[in-house]
Amino acid sequence: MKDLTFETMIAVFEEIFGRGLFWAMVAAAVLVTLAWLYVLVRDRSLGMRQFLIAQLFMPVGAVLAVWFVLVMTESHLSDIGGPIDVIVLLGIAAMGAVGGAILVYTVERLVLRRGADQ
Amino acid sequence: MTEDFQTSRRAFLALAATGAAAAALPARDAGAQAVATNARIVIIGAGAAGTAMANRLVRRLEGAQITLIDPRAEHLYQPGLSLVAAGLKPASYVVSRTTDWLPAGVTLIAEPVAAVDPEAQTVATGGGQSLGYDFLIVAPGLILDHDAIEGFSLDMVGENGIGALYAGPDHAARTWAAAARFVEEGGRGVFTRPATEMKCAGAPLKHTFLIDDRLRRAGNRGNAEIAYMAPQTALFGVPIVSERVRMLFGDRGIGFTQQRTLRSIDAEARIATFVDQDGFTHEEDYDYLHVIPPQRAPAFVVESGLAWADRWTDQGWVDCEPATLRHNRYPNIWAVGDVAGVPKGKTAASVKWQVPVVEDHLVAAIEGREGTETYNGYTSCPLITRIGRAMLVEFDYNNNLVPSFPGIIAPLEELWISWLMKEVALKATYNAMLRGRA
Repeated sequence: MKDLTFETMIAVFEEIFGRGLFWAMVAAAVLVTLAWLYVLVRDRSLGMRQFLIAQLFMPVGAVLAVWFVLVMTESHLSDIGGPIDVIVLLGIAAMGAVGGAILVYTVERLVLRRGADQ
Repeated sequence: MTEDFQTSRRAFLALAATGAAAAALPARDAGAQAVATNARIVIIGAGAAGTAMANRLVRRLEGAQITLIDPRAEHLYQPGLSLVAAGLKPASYVVSRTTDWLPAGVTLIAEPVAAVDPEAQTVATGGGQSLGYDFLIVAPGLILDHDAIEGFSLDMVGENGIGALYAGPDHAARTWAAAARFVEEGGRGVFTRPATEMKCAGAPLKHTFLIDDRLRRAGNRGNAEIAYMAPQTALFGVPIVSERVRMLFGDRGIGFTQQRTLRSIDAEARIATFVDQDGFTHEEDYDYLHVIPPQRAPAFVVESGLAWADRWTDQGWVDCEPATLRHNRYPNIWAVGDVAGVPKGKTAASVKWQVPVVEDHLVAAIEGREGTETYNGYTSCPLITRIGRAMLVEFDYNNNLVPSFPGIIAPLEELWISWLMKEVALKATYNAMLRGRA
């Protein structure tokens, strides 16, 4: 690849997931992040109980993210062929873990309102 | 719980401000000042090269008359044909419309080219029009000479175990129909390549590897023999890659017979006849045969005196300087893409490297100076070795490997990330190239 610009990256992701699904996922990620920031600011603290539970969901998020990428790209774990593949896989897992934790924390704090320890 | 992390509105605002600043960073493509000109530029061909060229020139030039000549209503994303022929993508994956990619302000004449008169600087179309030009880009692609194989015609593809994925999206889909039967039933698969220069020399290998993998996944590899037969003495033009493929063939149990050129087919009897370097014929029976025909420049290239006089005389590629792609005898003519008479570079990735070079020299010519950009023969081939793995092979005129991500993506290793690039990132990059943005 000659130039890897932000624009190219967007085009690449649109191609991977389809334009509708990609932007729906971006919108979902932005919404969850905004909601997370909102509860952080609203509560002015990080609820440790919810944070702990959210951390427990990290492996789930990691596995889901890896599964999603493998299915979308017709790949299997056995296709991992070298160090860069492991790094990419771990990166996907890490993103899934963090995303999952943020989602679970936000849902707990925002929707379930189990912030009674405030 | 009392030991909570403190967050504040101030921290939130700071974060929001950082995000806004990042979003407001100026886009890269501010572009140089457009060059004012009233030059007449004719581009023969609206495939990958012609379309990318038109989009870039429109941005670089102000007032130029740009005309594309191409009869094809469909634009084909040809790198996807290998995936279609292995049942990984539908035929529609590679098809779009030529006009979808053309910028406003250019003229498309949907006719074939009949002749070029480089002395009078005119192009005659099949519909009888004559167009004068100041600068000419020759990018019509190439001709698949299916008639050169006796007993073969395109309507056979998909029947009697015959595949031919180069012929287009429908034929690639029918190739998979024939190959899928071979995958189910086993037998003998014979995979060929032509003696001429060809589009993407990796594609014959990819198809072989993919069908091998399909057989394995179907649990039927033990019932199949795979024979790869080629006119060349090596499996790939770049020696270090050829050696790697030889090892992979050994690993997969794929046989290689060198110096075999497919000459004729008896579809009823399922016998393919090959001729060797000494002119002896060899009959090979098959249950699946993958045909790749000889490839040549369109007839007008030779007839108009644009082809090399002493090289590739049976194929007719445009006589041009390898580093600039400028015609060796007519300095206001350039060749881009498959039709260029250079040793490498009949791939979409090559086009991506060639187009900015020709753009530079053409714009320089308009401004009355010399261009500086050069093309080093860069060609890229994500050589699929099975579903889920590929080798990202990149090389130049001198058979040097020129990896884009040295130390990160090893060119001769079968990697998942290289597969991801082929499967998901390549088409997007290709589309961006067509729009002149990559």
